[in-house]
Amino acid sequence: MRDFIIRRLLLLAPIMLGVSFLTFAIFRVIPGDAAVIICGFQCTPETLHDIRHELGLDEPFYEQYGDWLKGVVTGDLGESYHTKLSVTSELESRLPVTAELTIMALILALVLGIPPGVLSAVRPGTMADWVARFSSVLWLSVPNFYLGILIITFGATWFGWSPPNFATGETVGFFEDPWRNLQTFFFPALVLALAIAAVIMRLTRSSMLEVMRNDYIRTAWSKGLRERAVVWRHALKNAMIPVLTIIGVQVGLLIGGSVIIESVFALNGIGFYLLVAILSRDLLVVQSLVLLFAVTFVVANLVVDLAYAWLDPRIRYG
Amino acid sequence: MAQEIAAPLEFERVVLSRPPAWVRIWALARRHPLGVFGLLCVALLFFCGILAGVISPYDPYFINGSHIKEAPTLAHPFGTDRLGRDVLSRTIWGARISLLVGMVSVLFGVTIGTFFGVLSGYLGKLADSVIQRTVDILLAFPPVVLLLAIITVIGDEDSAVRRFLTDYTPIPDGTFLGVPVFLDIFVIAIGIGIAVAVGTARVVRGAVLSLKENVYIDAARAMGASDWRIMTRHIFPNVASLVVVLGSVFLPIAILAEAAISFLGIGVPDPTPSWGADLTGPNRTDATNNGVWWVVFFPGLALSLVVLGFNMLGDAFRDISDPRLRGGGLGPGPGSGPSRRGL
Repeated sequence: MRDFIIRRLLLLAPIMLGVSFLTFAIFRVIPGDAAVIICGFQCTPETLHDIRHELGLDEPFYEQYGDWLKGVVTGDLGESYHTKLSVTSELESRLPVTAELTIMALILALVLGIPPGVLSAVRPGTMADWVARFSSVLWLSVPNFYLGILIITFGATWFGWSPPNFATGETVGFFEDPWRNLQTFFFPALVLALAIAAVIMRLTRSSMLEVMRNDYIRTAWSKGLRERAVVWRHALKNAMIPVLTIIGVQVGLLIGGSVIIESVFALNGIGFYLLVAILSRDLLVVQSLVLLFAVTFVVANLVVDLAYAWLDPRIRYG
Repeated sequence: MAQEIAAPLEFERVVLSRPPAWVRIWALARRHPLGVFGLLCVALLFFCGILAGVISPYDPYFINGSHIKEAPTLAHPFGTDRLGRDVLSRTIWGARISLLVGMVSVLFGVTIGTFFGVLSGYLGKLADSVIQRTVDILLAFPPVVLLLAIITVIGDEDSAVRRFLTDYTPIPDGTFLGVPVFLDIFVIAIGIGIAVAVGTARVVRGAVLSLKENVYIDAARAMGASDWRIMTRHIFPNVASLVVVLGSVFLPIAILAEAAISFLGIGVPDPTPSWGADLTGPNRTDATNNGVWWVVFFPGLALSLVVLGFNMLGDAFRDISDPRLRGGGLGPGPGSGPSRRGL
């Protein structure tokens, strides 16, 4: 296991380096650099030159990359062109919002995905199976931003309810006021979770159907075990292994979805920050945030891979 | 074991008395009602997209000051928006935008992806390493974030891609197919296409890796065929069906991606009737704050139905090709668990 972890970590290094280089390079393709954007309309060549020098844009490409990478590694993600606020300090205030949203969504996705998937696999052809399968196709198809808007629109017209942060744009910490916090976060997290829950449910179902055919399940039945023991203790443990891998992929959807959902529900998180930066062409912020999202995704996948190897020793020798 | 015996018997019966085609199609449709529903949704998308100019009752851009924010009526079944534009017409035209972006991005992405996938899988060695490491890196980005980054770069008013398209290709800068900002839409489709290409390249490479172990490839090489000839004449025809399947899988994803980035305000620009763009901006404020729900409800419903249609159609195809996942017909509930096999 230790060797496996070391090998995976070594594989991670070139990927991370490639990701950071690509992120850096892709934003150099845009004609007109940051200095032009900052300088604005009434721009003289002298001020443009000064701004370039100040930002280090007159240095060669590889030196700029090196400087940026050094900053990123030491926790200095640069500052916004427009607001002059450092990205790191912005992240500090926004991280709790995005973290709560995504973690809550992941938990909801597991809760809404696994039990219906199991139920649907052990009772194929019943009403429960049909409902679970139909709703999974539905949640997979209705775009999360549409669902979010519907909840806000009809929540407001029918029940006179809207998320408490909608008026202020501010969120309350979970430990300060749990009830208000849940009012803010429950629906965004639910909307974000549904599509992922649908994927998890479908995979749980097919994986359970597969596992339930194994000889050891027949043995468990013929030992006279109760259904609960067969399904939950013998079958589900093995059926969860493919589900676990898909969770790694789903983290990517969660991160991407947070950009969209934070914009729908006016949550002031990192995803919303990225969107605002893109719309105002604040490229350095975009660059740093894209890197941050990619690194989170890569690390999440690494954790899932390690968990996978830990649960299923066959993987390590593959 | 029971299944192994049963399979050939069923096969023989089918061969002996083969009912006419329409009977078989009807039987298939009866067994997969959700698949038929999916097919209808997809057919409706193509119908509206192709005939948008003919079937839409009003001009989607026509501003009518005397019919602002009207709730659905017989004259305007989907109501009108803040400028008095007919929501039904805009929803129908939205199908054309979705279809355009979907088709262009999938054609572009699948072509590029297949090219690099075949190259990478067949040539191996350095080409394979370079292409696959690039794909690895691109796949390390969360999909939406990758798409946002691509669109930020190539969607720029003065980007290299846009300049290339205006200067060196016959793609019209102005109105084309009834869409005023055709070039904008094309650039977005290219951006989505790049993301599609990444996924395609990986899958195609896998298929090529197993294909090239076939004896006929060795035979072709022994006869002196060049690498290029083997790739185009022997490898490509064999991955073509896989590529078509991939394209149909990516089409709804591309349509959804267009809606998502238009929703975020960096996709199809405002007056163009895109389903995603109609869910945001002033329409969204009207819906959430002023109760004008119809301006967002119908475009979003159309988008959901299209994606739902593709998903249900895909599920039906998978059920037909892999009956093990069907679930139903395997016998009743838990009691049959142990007895299901080996009898």
